[in-house]
Amino acid sequence: MNGTTSRRGGTLTGEESPDMKILVGYKRVVDYNVRITVKPDGSGVATEGVKLSANPFDDIALEEALRLREKGVATEVVVVGIGPADLQAHLRNGLAMGANRAIHVVAPDAVQPLTAARVFLKLVEKEQPQLVIVGKQAIDDDCNQTGQMLAALWNRPQATFASKVEVADGKARVTREVDAGLETLEVDLPAVITTDLRLNEPRFIKLPDIMKAKSKPIETVEFASLGVEPGDHLRITRYAPPPKRQKGVMVKDVAELVAALKAKGLL
Amino acid sequence: MSKILIVAEHLDGKLNPATAKCITCAKQIGGEIAVLVLADAVDAIAAEAARLDGVSKVLTVARAENAHPLAAVYAPQVAAAAAGYSHVLAPSTTFGKDLLPRVAALLGVAQVSDIMAVDGAYTFKRPIYAGNAIVSVEAPQDRVLLGTVRVASYAAAGSAAAAAPVEALALDVALPSHTRFVELKQGKSDRPDLQSAARVVSGGRALGSAENFALIYKLADKLGAAVGASRAAVDAGYVPSDLQVGQTGKIIAPELYIAVGISGAIQHLTGIKDAGTIVAINKDAEAPIFEVADIGLVGDLFTLVPELERALG
Repeated sequence: MNGTTSRRGGTLTGEESPDMKILVGYKRVVDYNVRITVKPDGSGVATEGVKLSANPFDDIALEEALRLREKGVATEVVVVGIGPADLQAHLRNGLAMGANRAIHVVAPDAVQPLTAARVFLKLVEKEQPQLVIVGKQAIDDDCNQTGQMLAALWNRPQATFASKVEVADGKARVTREVDAGLETLEVDLPAVITTDLRLNEPRFIKLPDIMKAKSKPIETVEFASLGVEPGDHLRITRYAPPPKRQKGVMVKDVAELVAALKAKGLL
Repeated sequence: MSKILIVAEHLDGKLNPATAKCITCAKQIGGEIAVLVLADAVDAIAAEAARLDGVSKVLTVARAENAHPLAAVYAPQVAAAAAGYSHVLAPSTTFGKDLLPRVAALLGVAQVSDIMAVDGAYTFKRPIYAGNAIVSVEAPQDRVLLGTVRVASYAAAGSAAAAAPVEALALDVALPSHTRFVELKQGKSDRPDLQSAARVVSGGRALGSAENFALIYKLADKLGAAVGASRAAVDAGYVPSDLQVGQTGKIIAPELYIAVGISGAIQHLTGIKDAGTIVAINKDAEAPIFEVADIGLVGDLFTLVPELERALG
């Protein structure tokens, strides 16, 4: 289906859409509560034995996709992860949250955004989703690139930093959090949406859902079989801790505070 | 020698100060710097850009489709204009973050996000893990370098003695119609812009209500400061989200930052790490904000803030 007209030629509303699929990017990262440390030799960040979780923005992406399915706008939600063999447990979390199935692209290491976007494009060509929803950024590399890159390669619209999404009539109306305030765009489907924090509150996973998720399918795809040209063009040569701020002074009242600011030439 | 193209950010016919900060970063890379202005009416914006020190020329593309900064519409034009340039930069604002990765993918190259230091024409430092680690990144020299510039890390370029030439650029690029601007709701304010203000007063959850946030506005107005907020204050609905300072909001570097009733979650501290002087006012002496504050004052903000405002005369 092309999303704008039914097979009978009439206008199709989102509710009547028979087969709308949503792909959701679902990255595994170091849990946001973990205070990471840089290895003393500058070779990386210490991640051994550290708690890993879904990227918070991707949880929001999945939640939004599930809500669109619950509203009858979408019929199927597919979570996609790129990473090593042990990523399966992570994808099971997405299935437990409510995704219908998962695709695991097996790659030895984390890939950079351009490679991830190229992988997604291959999956998009195969799955023909009407929407791809990904987090606006991963909290480990803080790149904020993958969704935009996929939209470019796919030659489709992008609505980044979404805080409100309405889908109907083959279009999405998306409110975006921009520096100047809130911007609303209308985009034709298929499209890519990236999620901001205020889009929704992701649901908690319940025990029966974890049991149910065990029987849901995870399709395994070898990275090499996709014929994707790697776009990992950047080389990280060194990791360093951020410069520490000097510990300051405590003042006992407003008069001392004003005096201290004057002494620094700030008033 | 590097040839650097900077994509200008603008709103309502005015150049955003973030563009002038990109120029300072570009000067550190070294080489010839051109500024690209995409708009429906380009003249006033181009004239502003031409007066910035370091700019060798301003290129303009005036099209009705460029009235709003839609990444899907701007990206193919930037990609076409990038021919012959070694570097394409944009500010790491929501504008640049939206646009530049789309350009990078069209050109088939990776992008360096949030450049905070230039070590060489193709080597940079950027923050990862919410600023808890800084990585040195090396990009290939045989490809165009796409980068967004962390505006908090650079001062704005000053005015030039003479204006740079402005040229209209003819681009033969088909533009998509699949993305349409509907509206922009601006948080209206006469106060200085949060991202470029020399002074910022921020309030947190401890303010307790949107009404109480008036205390922050009054103090800010007395100081000629911009107003910011923690994520907790935004989530509680005290202020609109465009005031949020932190990893998921704005990253700022004012000379003076006054945090009122903000405990200092990692995600907030990420946004103020580069502030000149940080002042914290909080009733909890154990609040993490005091670990980064240059001057700390423990006490009830509802007493201290009005007192401070009076003391400022």
